[in-house]
Amino acid sequence: MAIATDSSQPLTTADGTPLRQSLRRAERLNKLRAFGLVAPLFLFILVFFVFPIAKLASVSVDNSIVPEILTNTVEAIQDWDGTDLPPEPVWKAMAADLVEGKKNRNIAKVGKRLNFEKPGFRRLLIKSARKADKLEAPYKESLIKANKKWADPEFWRVLQRESGDYTFSYILRAVDMTYSEEGSVTMVDDKNAVYLDIFGRTLFISAQVTLTCLLLGFPIAYLLSTLPAKTGNMLMIFVLLPFWISLLVRTTAWIVLLQDQGVINSALIGIGVINEPLELIRNRVGVVVAMTHILLPFMILPLYSVMKGINPSLMRAAKSMGANPAIAFWRVYTPLTVPGIGAGGLLVFIISIGYYITPALVGGPKDIMASQLIDIQMNQQLNWNMASAIGVVLLAITLVLFAIYNRLVGIDRMKMG
Amino acid sequence: MTGSADNIVVFEGVQKSYDGETLVVKDLNLDVDRGEFLTMLGPSGSGKTTVLMMLAGFEVPTHGQILLNGTPINNTPPHKRGIGMVFQNYALFPHMTVGENLAFPLEVRKMGKAEIEDRVNKALDMVRLGGFANRRPAQLSGGQQQRVAVARALVFEPELVLMDEPLGALDKNLREEMQYEIKHIHENLGVSMVYVTHDQSEALTMSNRVAVFEDGVIQQLAPPDVLYEQPDNAFVAGFIGENNKLYGKIVSEDDVNCKVELEGGGGTVAAMKVNASGVGTRTTLSMRPERVTINPEGNASENTCSAKVEELIYLGDHIRTRVSVSGNSDFIVKIPNSHGHVILQEGTEVTIGWQTDDCRALDAPNV
Repeated sequence: MAIATDSSQPLTTADGTPLRQSLRRAERLNKLRAFGLVAPLFLFILVFFVFPIAKLASVSVDNSIVPEILTNTVEAIQDWDGTDLPPEPVWKAMAADLVEGKKNRNIAKVGKRLNFEKPGFRRLLIKSARKADKLEAPYKESLIKANKKWADPEFWRVLQRESGDYTFSYILRAVDMTYSEEGSVTMVDDKNAVYLDIFGRTLFISAQVTLTCLLLGFPIAYLLSTLPAKTGNMLMIFVLLPFWISLLVRTTAWIVLLQDQGVINSALIGIGVINEPLELIRNRVGVVVAMTHILLPFMILPLYSVMKGINPSLMRAAKSMGANPAIAFWRVYTPLTVPGIGAGGLLVFIISIGYYITPALVGGPKDIMASQLIDIQMNQQLNWNMASAIGVVLLAITLVLFAIYNRLVGIDRMKMG
Repeated sequence: MTGSADNIVVFEGVQKSYDGETLVVKDLNLDVDRGEFLTMLGPSGSGKTTVLMMLAGFEVPTHGQILLNGTPINNTPPHKRGIGMVFQNYALFPHMTVGENLAFPLEVRKMGKAEIEDRVNKALDMVRLGGFANRRPAQLSGGQQQRVAVARALVFEPELVLMDEPLGALDKNLREEMQYEIKHIHENLGVSMVYVTHDQSEALTMSNRVAVFEDGVIQQLAPPDVLYEQPDNAFVAGFIGENNKLYGKIVSEDDVNCKVELEGGGGTVAAMKVNASGVGTRTTLSMRPERVTINPEGNASENTCSAKVEELIYLGDHIRTRVSVSGNSDFIVKIPNSHGHVILQEGTEVTIGWQTDDCRALDAPNV
């Protein structure tokens, strides 16, 4: 540079205001205007997306009910060293909490919470609360007399462990882990382990659906991208047509088609190909077929947009250099569709992981997916904390997969259209 | 006509229709000599690219036969023809490096690694891009991409290379530079090249022969100088270089020349009979601007005509003078900016003159 600028002196405009400040002022209005335009969307996302997820995460670790109802016990038990049985003040505090809980009729609530940690806790608390008025010093003997289970230090240890405002029990349970009697984290025994199996199955079904979508969607997208605009647009409407019909209707349509007396089985029996109806529904076949049908457009659209952008003379160039059509396709065309395969695959896979209605309607008991677990916890077990914990694990799995994808393919190489 | 051993490509009565109603190429008969640089020149829609695509194998002739080295290739798929091709937009594979792009035709021919590397490097050196093997096409400038495309079409040593308007996307300076480069590569390697362009200066610069296409028909096939100086018809005269047109009627003729009475009252002039005959026939007189002189002295010009100076444009090496002659106000005369050239004023009356040999009587449009 010919002009030497003194680096210690910041650049200024003609009237002496620093250049940086002047630039900021000049662009402030534009920035405000831009912010004004995105503000509604920003607020929408904040209220309906970020806030619920934060709430979900907090519910999955929420334990406030224990310190709220067993206030005195929780405070007194902190000093206990965990050996043998707790000292007298803890027993006294428990007696006071039982009296209070009986009066407020909320002892069953905390009982239910602690029952999740140790079966029998609910009955113990409710039965003891009934006799709360008759408790007197020394409370230890009095409580044990009221219910012998109080002599089991395990109940006290669980209470001490779960006395905080937060707990990790739900999340641990959602990945088939629990606390052992010594208080360390272990895997649950095989007969109680359900969640990891179902998460694994969810991922496996999602992978199957993604692969089927890719195999079916790739030729369709290729056809769409090579046809003349008029025919291409017509076919594109057929690809989008399913979006106009309710998900529920499409899924029940598959029931009509696939059931034992359904269209497909009747037709096959009618023409004499089979004698017994094929089992096409209430099993994995039904789930994969129905989910593939519903998710196929999510694969076709990104693929189509990527293929549309591939210069057709590349294939001609490859052929002119002596590559037969198969080699030209595999070495030139396919690598260029990778951004579309990545985008479509990720889209289908992530939507599949959270799928609910379709597996619930056409799947059998062996095809329960993670979302159905959440439903069971919310609507049958009424355990919202556990439902949230499963949701959090599902979210974490999705994010991990996303990160792996980003590492392998690169999010910047993805093209949605 | 049938191709001799010297013809690498022969088109025999080739016709092409896309819709079954109109012919894009009408009865094409064309021989390409071995080692020749043949350019197909024409406006867009004239059928020249279709001819190239039929030769490359991407389009099938509707009728007729194409022979490559004496063998019919109508049923040979493109990848078995062994013809190198450079595309309009380069068509470099964006997901491969320059080196991988060049290695591609060698790999599909299953050559050894060492030989591939050797050939790739040689090809890159030939287009002065040695050391660029590891770049991606997107990291290169337009001219460099073009050179890679040329190298890729040549690396597997085809006998015949086709080029489809390869310089269309480059700016003017680069285009001229690349014209010379391709011309020199052609001279050094001795390969046959068939080149398609709509740019006449490109065609004149590079070719041994130029085929001028219009409406699916070759209007004239000749070396560049012949094409410019002796156009066969009004289309070629108008398409190649700058051309002055005067319309008239033949009033008398002999074996070589004819007398033409100009429309618009310019009098009667003599012209060479090329593509018009018969007394009373309407004809187009074609003259190159540099062959017309202003105010010729004495009998220096065989034909003279009065004209009025309409516009003077100073272009450095010459002064472009627009005059109106016999009702045509778009008549151009180039006055060389030589020592002692005539100084003209707009609006003055002058006399223009030319030799009979420089004025060609060609076909005229029907009125």
